[in-house]
Amino acid sequence: MGELKLMKGNEALAEAAIRAGADAYFGYPITPQSEVIEYLMAEKPHERTGMVVLQAESEIAAINMVYGAAGAGKKVMTSSSSPGISLKQEGISYIAGAELPCLYVNVVRGGPGLGTIQPSQADYFQSTKGGGHGDYRQIVLAPASVQEMSDFVKEGFDLAFKYRIPVLILSDGVIGQMMEKVELFDPIPRWTDEEAIANSPWATTGKKNGTERRIITSLDLDSHKMEEHNIKLQEKYKEITKNEVRYELIDCDDAEYIFVAYGSSARIAQKAVQLARAKGIKAGLFRLITLFPFPTVKMREMCGKGIKGFLAVEMSAGQMVEDVMLAVRGCAKVEHFGRYGGIVHTPEEVLAALEQKIIGG
Amino acid sequence: MAEITLQDIIKPENLVYKKTDLMTDKPLSYCPGCGHGTAHRITMEVIEELNLAEDTIGVAPVGCSVLAYEFMNVDMTQAAHGRAPAVATGIKRVWPNKVVFTYQGDGDLAAIGTSETIHACNRGENIVIIFINNGIYGMTGGQMAPTTLPGMKSSTSPYGRDVAMMGNPLKMTELVAQLPGTYFVTRQAVHTPAAVRKAKKAIKKAFENQRDCKPGLSFIEIVSNCNSGWKMTPTDANKWMEENMFPFYPMGDIKVDGQLVK
Amino acid sequence: MTEEIIIAGFGGQGVLSMGKILAYSGIMQDQEVSWMPSYGPEMRGGTANVIVIVSDERISSPILTTFDTAIILNQQSMDKFEKSVRPGGVLLYDPNGITRHPQRKDIKIYQIEGARLAAEMGNAKIFNMVVFGAFLKIKPVVKLENVIKGLKKSLPERYHKLIPLNEDAINMGMKNVVAL
Ligand SMILES: Cc1ncc(C[n+]2csc(CCOP(=O)(O)OP(=O)(O)O)c2C)c(N)n1
Ligand code: SF4
Repeated sequence: MGELKLMKGNEALAEAAIRAGADAYFGYPITPQSEVIEYLMAEKPHERTGMVVLQAESEIAAINMVYGAAGAGKKVMTSSSSPGISLKQEGISYIAGAELPCLYVNVVRGGPGLGTIQPSQADYFQSTKGGGHGDYRQIVLAPASVQEMSDFVKEGFDLAFKYRIPVLILSDGVIGQMMEKVELFDPIPRWTDEEAIANSPWATTGKKNGTERRIITSLDLDSHKMEEHNIKLQEKYKEITKNEVRYELIDCDDAEYIFVAYGSSARIAQKAVQLARAKGIKAGLFRLITLFPFPTVKMREMCGKGIKGFLAVEMSAGQMVEDVMLAVRGCAKVEHFGRYGGIVHTPEEVLAALEQKIIGG
Repeated sequence: MAEITLQDIIKPENLVYKKTDLMTDKPLSYCPGCGHGTAHRITMEVIEELNLAEDTIGVAPVGCSVLAYEFMNVDMTQAAHGRAPAVATGIKRVWPNKVVFTYQGDGDLAAIGTSETIHACNRGENIVIIFINNGIYGMTGGQMAPTTLPGMKSSTSPYGRDVAMMGNPLKMTELVAQLPGTYFVTRQAVHTPAAVRKAKKAIKKAFENQRDCKPGLSFIEIVSNCNSGWKMTPTDANKWMEENMFPFYPMGDIKVDGQLVK
Repeated sequence: MTEEIIIAGFGGQGVLSMGKILAYSGIMQDQEVSWMPSYGPEMRGGTANVIVIVSDERISSPILTTFDTAIILNQQSMDKFEKSVRPGGVLLYDPNGITRHPQRKDIKIYQIEGARLAAEMGNAKIFNMVVFGAFLKIKPVVKLENVIKGLKKSLPERYHKLIPLNEDAINMGMKNVVAL
């Protein structure tokens, strides 16, 4: 068993970055995720593993540092919260276009604009439908515990390099700020320079005699070539959709009503399942772990099996619910419930919404 | 005996100090002893004394003074982090006869907003920038700012700012003074009555410059404390500021009437 | 066993760290724990609260609206959280600075003069541990030995010399809690 610790989600994520053998972290402070860079600075990872940690002058700079370092074949990451993630979108679009592997983290707070620093899940569209310009996708992992804040760092880097794609850990103020027990995985050594070069032969690591030079770019002025590039990207996304869907079903075997939720809303909905069951209502929880790829097939498949309705529970005015509707395609009732703007719904509110909108409605 | 009302007490003959009406009655959200409150007040007093309130538009930053619009009783716009000089440019260009100012912290102005700051100064926008340099990010809990001194501790430089790794403090005021677009550049403080009087005079000059359409931007740095972020009592913070910040960020005018004086 | 607790008071009273020590003690005895603080901009003298759950089972929601126990350390928190104690639950408070005492008849109410006792012990900083001791007397959800183990694990080595003082403070709280 790995080392057991009591940590904030943000701290567990930072510790996991060091243990996952990350080569660099570039960030800029913003609530509720500043603990990530604070933890890293206090831990002196440059002494522990040689990892670079740099406070950039802005989120725009931070994501472009990631672009540069990822293009040079290293394991790099950044993190921020909603307003800062908006600023990173240009860079993310370039990273997706140039097919670079990297990890970034959004500890979501309420918006739009400067909004609030309290928890929210209103960045779902931005995360899953492409927040920047162009036809691109990214893998989105949604941790619902401090444990997953740690585990998904390792998993995220693996996926990023497997598919040469940006991977987003979409967290929120609850998961970032709360402390839980976490079992830390054993440290993985950072890649040596030789390993980095071997793992990413496409990266800009210096043209050796007799080898072809490498170019990192998202530009092609020839539209035919650009279309080919886009087709290749789309094939990659299909492949990911086939292979990498992750979810967890809780109390769904005999369920008539299903809460669909991710992140902290999934934890709250899980309590609502307990409250419902205590009242004799057969409720279950479909917890999304990957938001892209979305578990469309599984959800559709469940539909026919005695399920009377799905309640999408999210701290937004209704974003993920659209993907639930697309999956279910009318074969069961789908409704949305969520508080937003920084208000976290309670398990009681979630249960009441099920009773009103699905069972009663 | 009849009850004494507030009106009985507040008589002209008893009046020793009156808060300018250009500060709202809202209690300030700043920590006790923070310089932001004083800087707000003297800015608004200047606007009142120059009789500019009806034609002034202020721009609030992101930082502890994000809520400046709650306290400054003139038309105000809240800008995204670092973008206040661009927002102010937009306002000034479409209302050239209005008086436009920004009020920004060091993270806002000298980190994420460096580009907007330099370019507004370089274009010579006829606006006033009031720049509160407390050497730290106050609002987000005391992280390192571009202005954090070498060796100074913050939550992202917990062992002290190591300039080899984290870079050097940025003297934004000296930097913008070099640009042809700035007309008046000065560095002040607000921690003693004498400093407040001087700072107020400088702010007045800045607003007069804009009112009189003097060519260029007026830039006023106020070196201030952040007792919460520095983890000191307010008095210790002021003492520390005099002993450590002032030698690095020396007080006084750098550029007057478009001419470098230092 | 599941115990759901809210601890609420001023920032600087050690509200968050009391919750952390409770959570760490839970880990020491192999339980599941969650610790969810209120968070806000850095400001002197603001209010602070934390929800701590200690359980034998996987914890679902870390955010709750009703609690088995409320530990209340200032008036604002009393106004806000007295009503959130479940019927039959526990409200523990320090009367120092409280002008409106709890009114409810359907819960168990206890007092601990934490501020006074800590001052008498010559160290205002151990206030939260006195209150924590009072809580443990009422609800022994974690064993004292596990609290000490937790302190040893969570505190940097250089603070280990303070552990006996903390233990004294806990004992002081245990001895002086009063049921109303
Ligand atoms: C795009 C974006 N990034 C980061 C933040 C978080 N943030 C808010 S205030 C601030 C720094 C404030 O420091 P400073 O400008 O020095 O002002 P002070 O609070 O010290 O007065 C930061 C980084 C944000 N609101 N938006
Ligand atoms: S945190 Fe610092 S800058 Fe902000 S109000 Fe407090 S003392 Fe002032």
